[in-house]
Amino acid sequence: MKTLGIIFGNLHDKDVGELTAVRSLASVPFGGRFRLIDFVLSNMVNSGITKVGVITKNNYQSLMDHVGSGKHWDLSRKNGGLIILPPYGGGDKDLYSHRLGAIKNIESFIRHCDEDYVVFSDCDNVCNMNFASVVSSHIQNHADITLVTRSKNLTNNKPRTIVETDGNGRVVKVTNTNKASGENIVFANTFVMNRKFLLNLLDTATELGYTSFTHDILATGCNRYNIYAYMQDGYFANIDSLSNYYKHSLELLDKNIRDELFYRDGANIYTKVRDSAPARVGSDAKITNSLIADGCDIQGEVTGSILFRGVKIAKGAKVTNSIIFQDAVIGENSSLNCVVADKQVVVLDGRTLSGHETHPYFISKHAVI
Amino acid sequence: MKKKKCIAMLLAGGQGTRLFALTGSVAKPAVSFGAKYRIIDFPLSNCTNSGIDTVGVLTQYQPLILNEYVGNGEPWDLDRSYGGVHTLPPYQAKTGGEWYKGTANAIYQNLHFINEFDSEHVLILSGDHIYKMDYSKMLAEHIRHDADCTIAVIDVPKEEASRFGIMDYAADKSITSFEEKPKNPKSNHASMGIYIFKKDVLVRELIADENDKNSVNDFGKNIIPKMLKEKRGMYAYQFDGYWKDVGTVTSLWEANMDLLGDKPQFDLNDPSFKIYSRNQPLPPSYIGENGRFINSIMTTGCEIHGTVINSVIGEGVTIGEGAVIENSIVMQGTVIGKNVKISYGMIDENVVIEDKVTIGDKDSDKNKIALVGRNSVLKRGTKVAAGEIVDNGGDR
Repeated sequence: MKTLGIIFGNLHDKDVGELTAVRSLASVPFGGRFRLIDFVLSNMVNSGITKVGVITKNNYQSLMDHVGSGKHWDLSRKNGGLIILPPYGGGDKDLYSHRLGAIKNIESFIRHCDEDYVVFSDCDNVCNMNFASVVSSHIQNHADITLVTRSKNLTNNKPRTIVETDGNGRVVKVTNTNKASGENIVFANTFVMNRKFLLNLLDTATELGYTSFTHDILATGCNRYNIYAYMQDGYFANIDSLSNYYKHSLELLDKNIRDELFYRDGANIYTKVRDSAPARVGSDAKITNSLIADGCDIQGEVTGSILFRGVKIAKGAKVTNSIIFQDAVIGENSSLNCVVADKQVVVLDGRTLSGHETHPYFISKHAVI
Repeated sequence: MKKKKCIAMLLAGGQGTRLFALTGSVAKPAVSFGAKYRIIDFPLSNCTNSGIDTVGVLTQYQPLILNEYVGNGEPWDLDRSYGGVHTLPPYQAKTGGEWYKGTANAIYQNLHFINEFDSEHVLILSGDHIYKMDYSKMLAEHIRHDADCTIAVIDVPKEEASRFGIMDYAADKSITSFEEKPKNPKSNHASMGIYIFKKDVLVRELIADENDKNSVNDFGKNIIPKMLKEKRGMYAYQFDGYWKDVGTVTSLWEANMDLLGDKPQFDLNDPSFKIYSRNQPLPPSYIGENGRFINSIMTTGCEIHGTVINSVIGEGVTIGEGAVIENSIVMQGTVIGKNVKISYGMIDENVVIEDKVTIGDKDSDKNKIALVGRNSVLKRGTKVAAGEIVDNGGDR
């Protein structure tokens, strides 16, 4: 039972425009030393998948720099391993902007693989998921498509794909809506297909001019295809706005969530190793309820925050409920509250910056305040 | 294949008996240091940072953890298709095998490795020192002097000089005298145990030494004095950076403490000269609501709920509420319960310390460090006196 993994690297870039101005969503920093793609990539590797294609479209320099040869995920292999799938085609061809277009674009790659099953996942799913059990359930159900679903309390009016099933887990209705509210079963942007079924489906899609995966294949295909749902329990965050990036990041200060994400069943999350020195904390520093990565040099006060690798907090500075990316420097007696500071930001001495829990103040990469 | 200019041979077989419980089941170079490192990371990273891509690591005593740690050398960028890092244990040949008798004999038994790469020069290193050094500068001087052998020296305090190999050298750096651990040292230029030999000279001297029945097959005691007597081209290379022999519990503790402070004596935070190591994939460290972390260092995966002062905390360490850890070193994977007090303690890897344990007392200081060996378990309420050694873990 060989399985191929495919990760969509760019689909939702626009959702978090601030963070994706200089990178793809896949390479958005998360959790003090990780990038979003580390979670799905590690989940695939921990599920025994040894061949993973990453579909990229634009802004993928930082992603390439991050994943490199794939060796940090044990994906630097002679057979399989990590394969970056950049856009293919001439300048006159429009770049895809939808899931189906992205899959069509790598059709020849999929055709030349010999795996029986293909697992597709978005890059912004922060969870500890066992794809092997998703594939097992797919096989058991003799399914054509298995959708990973989760229960979610819908509050905002973002478009969601709501999945309804019969008693046996067979999907009977798929609706795309931005009007639903309350507890719903939603599509988790992760699915499994038999590779051969997928290739036939792509032919049909071309023939009949399908444009939308959710509408043309899932919503209208419920009766035609064997579509099953796989319920994913446990912690699951997907990043679709800056405020929810902020909220989900700070959830990591909860030990139960950390235990589930980083330690469940010995499934670790891998990332690019930077070989920073240990974090150094000074005599006057005061740190509470915070995550501190390697290479930090902390002399000030840090509360309820996440500091990425190599952050410097000078004497007298106060950082509260904030997320500070790699190598940022916070000057003496500065005060930050509800701030998301991108890489290499410099906040000079004595500055006061504040956002609100629902609207964090964002400082873009390299900015000097 | 293109000939290598210089390869390195790293002597990593030391038992390190003066580290007691710390080396009960690991070789000295595999002992943890500075929260995320092991001692061997320093010479290996130095090699990489000096452009030396071929390193033989000579192991002997308790090699398993060391072998596993070095692995294919990937963390140090030493996974190469030609060259790279190789662990070299003693082996059984047709004529019978034997343990390495001395430092020179260890290299002698691996002449096949040196001959295989056939480099112009060979760098000999030992695996029990903490320092950052660009060997390429030493090699450049060695080549400029057209030396047969170049020895790295560092100036040590006069009162400590009798612990080292002490030498004197002329204005042109040529060595004029060398004494191994002299009672009345003539200078304070100490040998760092780092030698560069012309490869052909090294091979010749090792064979001659092996045939000398009176020799104990040691570089400092035999090879260097003999070459000096024969007036070979011997030069000193003066090093003036941080360098610490961590052969004793006190010196290992001191070297760890040298990493602390606003301007630490030994600064590892230098992007242009990184020290590489093999690490676990863990999230950043968490300091809790009641955690206090003062003048200390830590690496990833820690959970700190107690108070930590002037200490070095290794990977994945948990410290419970109400615990107070002072002037101590806690190595990776150790779990410390609630209300534990540790003063001047050195706690090895994967130790379990239950609630209300006290380690150290009013007599504790850097010369009376309490030592807890790897995998040990200290039951609730246990008291460990200053300078005491606990080692009930064994190999797990």
